[in-house]
Amino acid sequence: MSIIDPTVRGTPLIELDHVSRAFKVPGGSITAVDSVSLAIAASEALCIVGESGCGKTTTGRMLAGILRPTSGRLIYEGQDVWQKKGHDLSAFRQAVQLVHQDPYASLNPTRTVFQTLSAPIYRHKKAKGNRDATNRVRHLLDVVGLTPPDDFLSKYPHQLSGGQRQRVAIARALTVDPRVIVADEAVSMVDVSIRISLLNLLLGLRSEMGVSIVLITHDLAVARYFAREGRIGVMYLGRMVELARSEALVSDPAHPYSAALIAAIPEADPRITRSKDRVTLKTADVPSLLALPPGCTFHPRCPLAEPGLCDVLVPELLPLAGREVREVACHVAIRERQPAAELLA
Amino acid sequence: MQAAIGFLRLLSKRPSGLIGFIGIVFFLVLAFIAPIFVPNQELADVNSIYQTPSLEHFLGTDNSGRDVLNQIVQGGREIISVALVTALLTTLIATTLGAVSAIVGGKVDAVLVAIADIVLTIPYLIVLIVISALARPTNFLALAIVLSLLGWAGLMRQVRAQVLTLKERDYVEAARSLDLGLFHIVFREILPNMRSYIVIHFVLAMTGAIYAQVALIVLGLVPFSGKNWALMLYFANSQGAFYFRDAFWYVFSPIFAIILLQLSLVLFVNALEDIFNPRLRSS
Amino acid sequence: MTPILSVRDLSIDYRTSRGPVHAVRNVSFDIAKGETVAIIGESGSGKTTLAISLIRLSPRSARITKGQILYTNDRETVDIRTLPDDELRHYRWSECAMVFQAALNSFNPVINVWEQFADTGRAHGMKDTKEIHARAQELLDLVHLDPERVLKAYPHELSGGMKQRVLIALSLMLEPQLIILDEPTTALDILTQRSIIDLLGTLRKKLGFSMVFISHDLSIAAELADRMITMYAGTVVERASVTDLFYRPRHPYSVGLLRAVPRVSGAMGAVESIPGSPPDLIRLPPGCTYIPRCPLAIAACAEREPDLVPVDTPEHEARCIRWKTVAEQVGTAEVAVAEKIATA
Repeated sequence: MSIIDPTVRGTPLIELDHVSRAFKVPGGSITAVDSVSLAIAASEALCIVGESGCGKTTTGRMLAGILRPTSGRLIYEGQDVWQKKGHDLSAFRQAVQLVHQDPYASLNPTRTVFQTLSAPIYRHKKAKGNRDATNRVRHLLDVVGLTPPDDFLSKYPHQLSGGQRQRVAIARALTVDPRVIVADEAVSMVDVSIRISLLNLLLGLRSEMGVSIVLITHDLAVARYFAREGRIGVMYLGRMVELARSEALVSDPAHPYSAALIAAIPEADPRITRSKDRVTLKTADVPSLLALPPGCTFHPRCPLAEPGLCDVLVPELLPLAGREVREVACHVAIRERQPAAELLA
Repeated sequence: MQAAIGFLRLLSKRPSGLIGFIGIVFFLVLAFIAPIFVPNQELADVNSIYQTPSLEHFLGTDNSGRDVLNQIVQGGREIISVALVTALLTTLIATTLGAVSAIVGGKVDAVLVAIADIVLTIPYLIVLIVISALARPTNFLALAIVLSLLGWAGLMRQVRAQVLTLKERDYVEAARSLDLGLFHIVFREILPNMRSYIVIHFVLAMTGAIYAQVALIVLGLVPFSGKNWALMLYFANSQGAFYFRDAFWYVFSPIFAIILLQLSLVLFVNALEDIFNPRLRSS
Repeated sequence: MTPILSVRDLSIDYRTSRGPVHAVRNVSFDIAKGETVAIIGESGSGKTTLAISLIRLSPRSARITKGQILYTNDRETVDIRTLPDDELRHYRWSECAMVFQAALNSFNPVINVWEQFADTGRAHGMKDTKEIHARAQELLDLVHLDPERVLKAYPHELSGGMKQRVLIALSLMLEPQLIILDEPTTALDILTQRSIIDLLGTLRKKLGFSMVFISHDLSIAAELADRMITMYAGTVVERASVTDLFYRPRHPYSVGLLRAVPRVSGAMGAVESIPGSPPDLIRLPPGCTYIPRCPLAIAACAEREPDLVPVDTPEHEARCIRWKTVAEQVGTAEVAVAEKIATA
């Protein structure tokens, strides 16, 4: 069962159906992502947040078809992607594009902006002839706000700022007319002063071109801004623990982990940040991915954990009774029919 | 053209590199252009054996009274040609196999690496001696092929390691998800980032090839005829020139030529490493 | 009372092939005993150059062209800029310690934590190994780490948060009076960030040292700072108490920075990026350096670089001739700027 935002109409465009991904490491194998399901509709904006090691990047890479899940299915337009071959797989590859975190590593230092952007256009015959291709590149630079485009065509990456490079990376993703863009920490390495404009650019693609955007971030404030008309998924140690509308999640988190995160975030507002209520966790130690605790992986730290329940049974991501578009993987919140934030208060 | 000027400007900031570069140009001119103007002198002159330098013979004469300078002028072409062809073949084989190995991976990778390892463990000179004795490479192309067949393995492993890192780069992943194809990924995304690396190893392969062929020829294992610095040493040795004090110039001229050529190449390659390092370039 | 650190009219250039980069220009500020000052600004604003010059760790290509860095302890006042090398060694660490970002290579990977402590102690004249050990245990305890476990550990065996704690403990080794922290919570997870911020708050109360924060992250400044300095294009553009800067900024760049950062609590408000990019520090334009990005710029702004003038109160200064217009837009209420602009 995958979950789709019921307020978004139509069938899901792309779905993760109970996908897991394990990696071999010295000393065994770790499950970076454990049975995550997620459905995304056309022109939806969704954020996946979590701390390092929570599996958000692995989830994003599986969504983009770059990593093959160890188990579970990736479904695009109703078809299992990893069953596809040749032409169909190629079509999928182009339909879902990834924008990387590091603008200094995501562009080839030996290629100009024009070379970078024109290669996919030529390869996939998105233009007729050289002039048409150049015009298309110009148009894309315009779309991503690099104007006038002619100033950028022959620039090499080292001649651009971090923000400009990230815009080129977005333009490159757009060359193949994707339906979904997975942006992995796409703004975390650019300067604070220009992050919002990059987020706005991505949001603009969604409203103007109908592209679905999945933003992966560790920054809940960025997630709140980006997904203000969409959903935020919170991941912890490989599992999706909460999936909810942006405002509901930040104002009234349903999972005790989300509640702890939101209470802990330092805010750029002295009055608010110095008077925040804290959620005290039982321990600050994060379990190792090599030896995950049984049951709910959060139970050793969770102030709401109940022995005999949370340390035995893995909670499923279930709708919280009476609340629209909120799913939470917490035995206690589901049973009490109340978000954890309220239970903790 | 602009790139060449920029390159020379960068080089001019590194005096040792500039000296190396001038040395290389000098030897190329000496080996390939000078012989056009300086006719080959084959005539022996028994009256002027082992002469010390004079106005007539700048570098003296050999055991048959032939001009040493003339032989130096005539004898570079073959050495440098073999070095160039060997370096070209070595780099070509190493880059191709290294890239294929890293990109295809799996069994192909395992087999290629195993072959490279075997080649690496073979005692280079001994095999060269055996091959030379059996196959008798009588022209310089054959010698270059033999040298490169024995010399590619080390570089191949290095290229493979480089490609393995480069193929994990975000821009290569982007190229893959844009479905730009293997050819594009290898030749447009990965190899251009290894240009400097390849050029440097090309020059280093030349120095290796020069030593190897000199050793083989001096040991008399390659039955070359004609004019060649290494051959000069071979004849000097076999004619017993080492025992004549007056033969100093005859014996040491080719040795100096070889040393100077090698030195130029090494100085040049050191400067190249500086120039290609973008962090040094920007400062 | 004499400030513990007084930076006066400091300018720093970097030599480059294109000419000198004026990374820090005529910067002056004071830090009182026990006070925490946050220096904010985007990358290239000169804040890191300024911070590392305070302990004379600047790279070779940097040169202080003018100004003084006066440090005052119980006994004397010295100019760090002209301090002889042996006294500088005492000043670094015993008087003033620097905590770098743990994610960077602040640790030698091949020696364990105990050896890091022992090396630091010995380098600063602690001869008795037992004494160093006792001190290390005490400090690790103070930063809530288990000394037995951590002392034996190598850097790669520690998490990011633990490394940052060890760095803080190390900086406290010789009871410095001033601690400079360069992005101390960047690259840490939220819960770890929180614990480091709380730790710094408690340590400051307990030990009474002064702190200088360098951060692009406004939230850590909001948490810990008493006073704030906004830097732009190498110079101080605003100086204010933390509440004044967050709720009553008077320089358009401070306003821009505050509006560029979304928050999790409270109304989102009018969040917006600052258009354009910082100026070229080699060829600075005449007049105010913020003009190309400033929504309030007028012709008079380009005539000469404005002075840092008192606004609202004598303790609040801004380098802007249009500060009254900023004041009209932003007002005085203790509400986040983005929120006020959205409702205005």
